[in-house]
Amino acid sequence: MLDQVHDYDDSKSLTVTAATSKLVVEGVSKWFRTPRATVHALDNVSMQVSDGEVVCVVGPSGCGKSTLLDIIAGLTKPDAGRVLADGHPVTGPGRQRLVVFQEPSLFPWLDVFGNVMFGLGLCPELSSVERREIAHRYLALVGLEKFERAHVHELSGGMKQRVALARALAPDPQVLLMDEPFGALDAMTREHLYDDIQRIWSDSCKTIVFVTHNMREAACLVDRVLLMSKAPGKIIQGFDIPLPRPRSIYDVELVSHAGRIADSLRGTVGGGVPE
Amino acid sequence: MKRFVIVSAFFTMLLVVWELASESGRWSPVLFPSVVSVAQYLWGAMMDGTLFEAIRVTLQRLLVGYMIGVAIGLPLGVLASSSQISEDTLGALALGLQTLPSVCWVPFAVLWFGQTEGAMLFVVVMGTVWSVIIATNHGARTIPPIYARAARTMGSEGLHLWTMVMLPASLPFLVSGMKQGWAFAWRSLMAAEIFVTILTGFGLGQLLHYGRELNAMDQVIGAMVVIVLIGLLADRILFAPWERFLHRRWGTNVRARMLRPACTRTRCDFHS
Repeated sequence: MLDQVHDYDDSKSLTVTAATSKLVVEGVSKWFRTPRATVHALDNVSMQVSDGEVVCVVGPSGCGKSTLLDIIAGLTKPDAGRVLADGHPVTGPGRQRLVVFQEPSLFPWLDVFGNVMFGLGLCPELSSVERREIAHRYLALVGLEKFERAHVHELSGGMKQRVALARALAPDPQVLLMDEPFGALDAMTREHLYDDIQRIWSDSCKTIVFVTHNMREAACLVDRVLLMSKAPGKIIQGFDIPLPRPRSIYDVELVSHAGRIADSLRGTVGGGVPE
Repeated sequence: MKRFVIVSAFFTMLLVVWELASESGRWSPVLFPSVVSVAQYLWGAMMDGTLFEAIRVTLQRLLVGYMIGVAIGLPLGVLASSSQISEDTLGALALGLQTLPSVCWVPFAVLWFGQTEGAMLFVVVMGTVWSVIIATNHGARTIPPIYARAARTMGSEGLHLWTMVMLPASLPFLVSGMKQGWAFAWRSLMAAEIFVTILTGFGLGQLLHYGRELNAMDQVIGAMVVIVLIGLLADRILFAPWERFLHRRWGTNVRARMLRPACTRTRCDFHS
């Protein structure tokens, strides 16, 4: 497994910057084996994220971007390559890298407050008073302080993702990973969340890796967009989005950035129309 | 309050129709006793203690058999859900034996254990175990894996993961599995009590059986009424609180939804 790593030794720039990067992905490859076929999901993916940077991975559906996020989170093991967080190899999931998932991942047996408290309960350095205070603060940050005692199924889709965001932010992770967190939401809710997300992110100064297939969403939210090819996924291009914040999804410049990314993606997927 | 009135009116009407039909004289009172004679029988049986004794004996057998059945069935159900092989073997076995009506275990049990409590218990356990396995197996397969994934990223693992995530996540299927088991335990015990006559205890099924032997229709119907009432009460006391909890938290409970569409928290609380 490890012997494949030296294939990527030519990426010299990686080793140089590895020391200063919050998150380094080094030559990660992944195959999924099913009884019928072997799917090559990720092919030699390398990327770095500096401290406090917000990076988005975009690509067509099924290009392995969620798998990449899983690997960064430590939920999936790569077949080749490795992930370094703060210079240390990632061997399993840990609360320094919390994930906001696409599908509803809140625990239905807990109420909203209990869900946010779940992660805090696993922070032994906090007293129970501090935990409650932090949970209140983050629920207020996502605008749900009035819904602390609500049950999960009583919330709308957008509210659930806000709770999921509060739950991921509350234990103060080093890195926040978001896997198409707005994928299941309607356009209006999504646009509303873009504004909130930008405000929350700028307050929290977190290192964020964000995965989406929506170009405008990517251009609206992040500093740098990494474009992935279709399966087997590899990173083929990077785009800086040097726009001032807060950004509006309808901003002309932003749309032109999104258009540029979409154009290069069209070049890679051969005339398909990405979202 | 309105619901209470409607419910009592419905059941009063049923009793009145029954009473009128038996008083019409079209049917022999031996075969179609009146409400009053059944009530008189129940009162008499209550007063001389036979009814309570029968209920005690029956519930004791039921609880012991049920608990053994659940204790065996839950782990086996989890095991059956753990791999394709165990599903193909244990799961198929459970499915096959569950289709066997539990009364079919009676001849087997009598030959093995004779006219003893052991035979009774065996039938109840056999009636319970398979349905618990099936319900647990099915439920465990439907726990969304996202819960464990989310919990693991937050640093939950080992015992914490099992007790704080997997156990509560599996509550819906645990409750449905245990409820299934209860229904089957109750049915198989009645079958066993009617067919296995033993001297170590005189349960409700035997009350029913001797009602037939003595041609005492009031006793037969009286025993049936008690059996129905116990079934209803057990459901209300043992399972309804759990189902209400699940309904409130998950927002998805078919039974509760059928009974209480658009149920709000306050109304659910009132209902209890």
